[in-house]
Formats: sequence, C-alpha cells, structure tokens
Amino acid sequence: MKTLLRGPVGTAAGFTLGAVLLLGVAPAILPAFNLGLLGKFLCFAIVAVGIGLAWGRGGMLTLGQGVFFGLGAYIMAMHMKLADASLFGGSGVPDFMSLYGSGEVPGWWEPFRSPAVTLLAVVLVPGLVALVLGLAIFKRRVKGAYFAILSQALAAAFAVFLIGQQATTGGSNGLNGFRSFFGFDLKDPNNKLMLYMIAAVVLLLSLAVARELMHSRFGELLVAVRDQEERVRFLGYDPATVKTVIYVVAAVLAGVAGALFVPLVGIISPADVGVIPSIAFLIGVAIGGRATLLGPVVGAVCVAAAQSGLSSTFPSFWVYFQGLLFVLVIGFMPGGLASLPALVRRRREVPRGAQPPVPDPPAPGPVKPDPDVPNPAAHGRATAPEEVSR
Amino acid sequence: MELLIGQMFAGLSLGSVLLLAALGLSLTFGQMGVINMAHGEFMMAGAYTAFVVQQAISDAGASLLVSIPAGFLVGGVLGLVLEAVLLRRMYHRPLDTLLVTFGVALILQQAARDIFGAPSVDVRAPAWLQGNIELLGAPIPLTRLFILGLSLLCLAGLVLLLKATPLGRRIRAVVLNRDLAETSGVSTRRSDQLTFFIGSGLAGIAGVAVTLIGSTSPYLGTNYIVDAFLVVVAGGIGQIKGAVIAAFALGVLQSVFEYSTTASIGKVLILIVIVVFLQLRPQGIFSLITRSLA
Repeated sequence: MKTLLRGPVGTAAGFTLGAVLLLGVAPAILPAFNLGLLGKFLCFAIVAVGIGLAWGRGGMLTLGQGVFFGLGAYIMAMHMKLADASLFGGSGVPDFMSLYGSGEVPGWWEPFRSPAVTLLAVVLVPGLVALVLGLAIFKRRVKGAYFAILSQALAAAFAVFLIGQQATTGGSNGLNGFRSFFGFDLKDPNNKLMLYMIAAVVLLLSLAVARELMHSRFGELLVAVRDQEERVRFLGYDPATVKTVIYVVAAVLAGVAGALFVPLVGIISPADVGVIPSIAFLIGVAIGGRATLLGPVVGAVCVAAAQSGLSSTFPSFWVYFQGLLFVLVIGFMPGGLASLPALVRRRREVPRGAQPPVPDPPAPGPVKPDPDVPNPAAHGRATAPEEVSR
Repeated sequence: MELLIGQMFAGLSLGSVLLLAALGLSLTFGQMGVINMAHGEFMMAGAYTAFVVQQAISDAGASLLVSIPAGFLVGGVLGLVLEAVLLRRMYHRPLDTLLVTFGVALILQQAARDIFGAPSVDVRAPAWLQGNIELLGAPIPLTRLFILGLSLLCLAGLVLLLKATPLGRRIRAVVLNRDLAETSGVSTRRSDQLTFFIGSGLAGIAGVAVTLIGSTSPYLGTNYIVDAFLVVVAGGIGQIKGAVIAAFALGVLQSVFEYSTTASIGKVLILIVIVVFLQLRPQGIFSLITRSLA
C-alpha cells in the first residue's frame, strides 16, 4: 500500500502542485470569462469539501447544504446591495426595495452595512444554524434517515421563505446587479482576478483544514461514528458531539463558499439554494469519492463544468444525464472514481501472508480500508499529483 | 364561525392530500427502509394518467372513475420496475437509496416534460363534483370532500389489507423482524415487491386525486414529496396510525399558520414544530418497540 507519494512529503508535493495549478497556471492560460467560471466551480468545490467530511467521513447524508450556502450568499449579497446603494444611489436603499417594497430598509438588513459584521456573519450564521439543528437532531439520536429528510425540508422551507419575501429578499429574482465588492469595482478585470484568487486560496485552505481533521484523532472518531455509532458510544464518546462539530464545519464551509459565489457570479436567487441544488452538490462528491480528500473537489469541479457546458446547449439531455449519474454512481460505484485505483491495486498487490480474520488492533496512523465495508473509503491521504491535475 | 369551519376544513383537506401522498411512503419506508424520492414522481405519473384517460374518455365522471384504478396500476408498475432494477441491490444502504431514487425522479420529471411539455395541463372535474355544499354556513368544495373520502377509503383498504389478510400478515412480519420472517418461510422478496407495488400504487391514486384541485405539471411531485416525508417522520416509520395523525395535524397546522402569517413563514414554522416535536419523541408519534439500538 505504500507508495512514495504518501505521507507528509507526498501531501506537501500534491498541495504545492495544486496551488501552482490554481494560482499560477490557470490565471495565466485561461481567458477572463473562463476564469470567472472556474471561480464559480471552486465555490462548489469548497461546499464539496464540507460534504465530503460530513457525508463521506461522517456518514451523515446532509441534503440541506444549499441552506448554508444560501445564508452565506444572501448575507454577502445584502451587504453588497447596501454598499452599492450608499456608493452609487446616495439614498442607501437598494434599488429593488423601492420597486417592490416600502422603500425602507428593513431592520434585519441594517447590521450588514458594516463590512466587519458581514464577514463575521458569513461564518457565524451558517455555523450557528447548523449547531442548533445538529444538537437538536443528534443529541436526541434521531435516525440518520430522519436527519436527511429534515435537512431536505429545511432547504425546501428556506427556498419557499425567500421566494415569499419579495420585498426584502428580492423574491424569486434573488439579489443581483452588484457593482462593487468592498469598494472594489466589479467590472475591473484585475478585481475579477483577485476574486478568483481569493476563491482558490480559500479552497486550498479548506482542503488543508479538512486534511488535518481527517488525520487527527477526531477524524478517526468520525469514521468510527460512521461505521459503528453504538460501539463508539459504548467506548465512552458522545457521537452527537462528533457529528455536530463536523456538521458545523461543513456548514461554515458552505457559507463561505456562498459568500464568494455572489461577487464571482453576480447573482444569488432561490434557484441556487433549494432542494435540487442542495442534492446536486452531492453528486460531484459521490463521483469523485465521498470519503477521500480530493475526490469531492475533483468531482464537484467536473460536474459543474459539465453542467455549464451541457445544460445550456442540451438542457433536456443534461437532466437525464444528471439523473443517470445519480443512479449509476451511487447505485453501482458508491466509492466513486477514487475507488478505482484501490480496486486495481488490490488486484495487483501480492498478499503478504493470509489476512487474519480478526482485524488488527488499530495501529497509530491511517487505518487499513476494510474490504467488507461497502463504502470503500480511501483514507484521505494525498492522491498522486496526476489526479490533481485532471 | 363560518371562517373557523372553513379554515378547519381547509386543514383537513390539506391533511387528506398529505395522507394520500404519505400512505404509500409510510409503507415502503417502514417496510424496507427505502427512502423513495421518486414517490412524488409516481404521483405525477398518476396525475398524467388521469389526463390521458380523460383524453380517451371525454365524460369527466367516467374518466375519473377509470383513472383511479389506472393511476394505481401505473404507479404500482413504476414502483415494481424501480424495485426490481435498482432498489433490490441496495437494501443494505438505505441512505443511498434516497440519492438513487432522486436520480430516477429527475429522469421521470424530464421524461414528463418531453412527453407532455413543460406547461401544466388541466383535468376537468366531473359535473357532480363542481360547486360547494354548505356546512354550518361555510362553503365546502365538493372536490375536496371527495379527496377526503378517497383518502379515508384508501386508508381503510390499506388497514384491512395489513390487518386482515395473509399478505398483510406477511408484510407486518417482515416489518417487525425481517430475518425471523424469512426463516419462518415468508418470502421477503415477494413481500418487498408487493409492498412496493401497493405503496407506489397509492402514490398513483394520490396523483389522480390532486388533479381535482390543481393543474398537472412535471413538477407536481416536488410540491408534495417533502411534506409527505415530513408526515412519515413525524408519524413514526412504518406506523399507519402515526401517519394519519401526523398528516391531519400538519394539514391543520399549516392552514392555521398560513391564515395567521404567510405561506412562506408558515412552511418554516411547520419545520420548527416538527424539529421541536422530535425533541420530545425522536421516533415519531408511534414507534415500533424493538430491541435494536438504532
């Protein structure tokens, strides 16, 4: 199982290569429009890192990531609308409010005038919502299936709520038409490049955090909760705490991604946050390999790229394709693409003596993947760099 | 007073629609732990069945009476196919069934768009269901009364089937203890297929019913699926009586919330109510008493 590219050296190498590709090569060779698109895909990839942790590692099927994405995005969008209104309108009232609303800024918008509050809220609001919901659900040992359904209902309710509040959230049109981002003009190509860079750096940072989490004792505990929750409880840990923590991490990542999405894409609407987009986040994660570190990122970027390429040209074909992806990947390849090398390696590897029927006592360091577990988890070590560059 | 009765009836009628949508789910989810996201699309298939039948039989009354069994068959066959092709392999991964069936739901939605077009179509209600009756001075639409009756009829049929027939006994045995049922000679394979057929068929009937109160579009299923799941969660998995109470409670609550606030805030309030309720009873209103830890 040991290749040269495992362990800290391999990780550092892979990480550096990814950084060079994202921060150096991509801006140099891609035209501005495509770079903006790539920035949008990177936002989805940040969400995917969180889903990989919560779902792939923790076994929690979270179908409500759109809510956290939306919270981060709407908070950022509200700030940008207010800032634009002060900079260009002079009145301090966002344009759509004069159209649909009373022409007065509602009280709950006001805190987001301040850039500092906005940046804090982008992290804290999704985190707190996830904390409350996570504690409410996990502490009372509500079943996994119930959690999935409740998180989905949350996404549905959130979208309905946004659409219903035409006067204060822009309704189904969402918020759009931004002109500046913290005082930087959004039309300026340099600022667009800066936004892309920020997204890439945030993605790399979230990958680093995810890797540290996976390799910590907490990460081992998380996988243990996924595979044998009762056993973990009998060992004296509280699975609810483990699950809540990782759910909050995933929510914060989604919120930050949403906040970056708004200046990059220029619009946030209920269509980006409801039930369908929330589930669509999952498919990229599943294709790449839900339990790996880089799989979700690669999968999310590939699916987003495919979607933006295909859905405009062949809208009907894209929906069929998306449906088929769910059926084929989840139904027949639950480990995703990341499980392919492992399968090939398992074929090639000469068995070093017979496998003992009882698993070895867990040695410090990465756990051996258990061939009996239906969800073959590659254990978050850095993948070979050629996989990064795909 | 009239207003109160009208509101209560609106709640009951919403509850009856939810119950129709949730009955089949309660069965498939309870028996097999399969979370079938395509259940809503089976409803949609039932609704389009009513539309197609009406194209063939122009008399609205006759077409409605033909549509109900036809919708049951269409939904049931779709369910059988889904079970045979996909879900059979996935019983050990219940959470993943949700995502696979979501994929199926996407495909069915797009198929409906390609076959019937994206704009919604209307099914005419028969003449004897047009108009209202007066109840203590409040107008009650006959169509909604019909749906209430239909859902109670389906409920009675399902309860009879489960309580009073050998097939129902086998289904209940499998719900309670799959392995023991299998060792006692119950074919769980056949029981699974039948359960899926009946549960999906009920979705088809629900689809026919909702054509009476609204138009039919490819997105019809998505409007109901989340609420139907919430009914099952609040009621307790595999508990028909829990689903009944939860459906009517949620229906009444929702119409009360919508009346006192707005529809959009009402949705959020409902969700909060359910989460709070699960704090008190994490297993739902009723739960099977088993010795399993999960």
